[in-house]
Amino acid sequence: MKHDRRTELETAHWKGRTRPYDLIKEGVAALVIITVLVAALSTLFGSPDDKQITFKQWAVAAPADFYATTVQELAGSSGSAGYGAPYNTASDGVNLGPLHLAKLMGVTHPVDSVNDFVITPLTTVVNTGPVANALKQWQSSDSKTQSTWATNYDNALTKVNQDATKVPVGNYGPVPLLAQGLLSMAQAGSLDGALLSQGNYFQSDNTKQTLFLGDGNYFNDQSTASNLQGNTWGMMNETGRYPGQAWLWLYSFWYQIPPFNNGDNHPFGANADAWIMLIMGALSLGLICMPLIPGIRSLPYKIPIHRLVWKNFYQEENL
Amino acid sequence: MWVTRLRESWQKNLPVEKLLPDTQPAYVASWIYMFGVATLASLGVIIGSGLWLAFEGASWYHYSNVGHFINSMHFWSVQFFFVFMVVHLWGKFWMAAWRGRRLLTWITGAIAFVASIATAFTGYLIQTNFDSQWISYEAKDGFNSVGIGSKFNVTNFGQMILLHVAFLPLVLGVITVIHVLMVRARGVVPPIDAFNKELGDRS
Amino acid sequence: MGIFGHFMNLKAVYLHLGWFQISITNLIVILGMLVLFGLALVLPFPGNKSGKGGKK
Repeated sequence: MKHDRRTELETAHWKGRTRPYDLIKEGVAALVIITVLVAALSTLFGSPDDKQITFKQWAVAAPADFYATTVQELAGSSGSAGYGAPYNTASDGVNLGPLHLAKLMGVTHPVDSVNDFVITPLTTVVNTGPVANALKQWQSSDSKTQSTWATNYDNALTKVNQDATKVPVGNYGPVPLLAQGLLSMAQAGSLDGALLSQGNYFQSDNTKQTLFLGDGNYFNDQSTASNLQGNTWGMMNETGRYPGQAWLWLYSFWYQIPPFNNGDNHPFGANADAWIMLIMGALSLGLICMPLIPGIRSLPYKIPIHRLVWKNFYQEENL
Repeated sequence: MWVTRLRESWQKNLPVEKLLPDTQPAYVASWIYMFGVATLASLGVIIGSGLWLAFEGASWYHYSNVGHFINSMHFWSVQFFFVFMVVHLWGKFWMAAWRGRRLLTWITGAIAFVASIATAFTGYLIQTNFDSQWISYEAKDGFNSVGIGSKFNVTNFGQMILLHVAFLPLVLGVITVIHVLMVRARGVVPPIDAFNKELGDRS
Repeated sequence: MGIFGHFMNLKAVYLHLGWFQISITNLIVILGMLVLFGLALVLPFPGNKSGKGGKK
């Protein structure tokens, strides 16, 4: 078959005309040129390095937001409290049809937003009288009572747009004082250390901090200000005017279009993360196996860009 | 013996003359051929600057001018790396470079592309600045949604830095070496239609 | 910080086309890639004269 013969010829060692070629010189030249270019851009433009956000910064810049988020953690209404696997069992999480893959893998990184984010950090500092008493009151109550207090206060705070001064009297127990205590702790700077260390000396896992930080509006607002939100092509973007991650264009694309850009759409919008991961996995596999895909693998023959690559060869060989 | 079989296979498929040739086919005469070596050279700068950053520690570049410069070298060489790699991919696609039993060369190259994205991603996570905080916060949802988050925890700085500095560069390095050795072993793909005369037609 | 570091750390400028938006910097990178690809195809390659240095 001519097809096999062509493959044999294309596989065999080239017996036609050759030219001298210094592989090592080419490699060294490329390395030198690119090093110089990179050094030039580095000298001219530097690199992006927006400072990390601390809990102190959050609590000082947006105390009402921090306070309200703390209440949500106690009430279990925050994003992380209701997340599901791998942090807790509060929800089934997203799904691909019948498959709840995160839930299947279980709670591998347990996070208890009430204790990890609020109660335990408060126990690591010497609190003022009222806060210390509030802590005692909370710790000596059963979980049903705790939940009632926190949910009541969370709902009341939401009704007054997070303005704690406008919350009417109600059955909130020690929750307002606990939130105030954590706010003071954060504003003083000690919450950052307490959340990271979790009682340890060595610690390199920022999961709890990231979840708590993300539950508030302040962190999200900083991201919006830098146009990093997923639904505005943020995955491709970098802080400032630096080039971002253009190679993530296709991954970012799916979040911009229906049904994935609407969290209320079921099942695709509500589970967009999972569906898009699946799509990108399939497309990546497609890229890897592209020469095996009929139609796509014949495009180079249909659109002969290669005639430009080998124009001299074709001229010299009369092809 | 295994060693004999390995040696004989090596000498048959990749003798030193193929590994370090001093000639190349005359049809290798286009600027498009430069993008492979440009990608490798960019990777060299990434690794060099990355090693320096690793030696000095994760937070060094925030408070040192030299550190900031080396971080900038690392940042811009990554930009070059992806630019050159993608143009190299475009070139190889339109040249149908998988012909002549070079399918594995394409496959290893495409895997290297995907592995590069994964490696770069872990790099973005360990900047210890706002960008890292945001990227880890967002990305956790993607990986959690398909169950990978249980093992690959993007908010775990310790895990991400070890993956970025040790595990993934090793994986990417191995894939890249295999890819380059395959190019050397098979040679640069001949032009489409190069053998039309021998084959007597244009099919 | 870079000579133009202050400029580079200002808010990025975006091109908006309906639901699509891209930073000017990313646009420059992508267009640059297309230009590089095009130039690589059309620019003559040195030492590529017929017979020059060629061995059969």
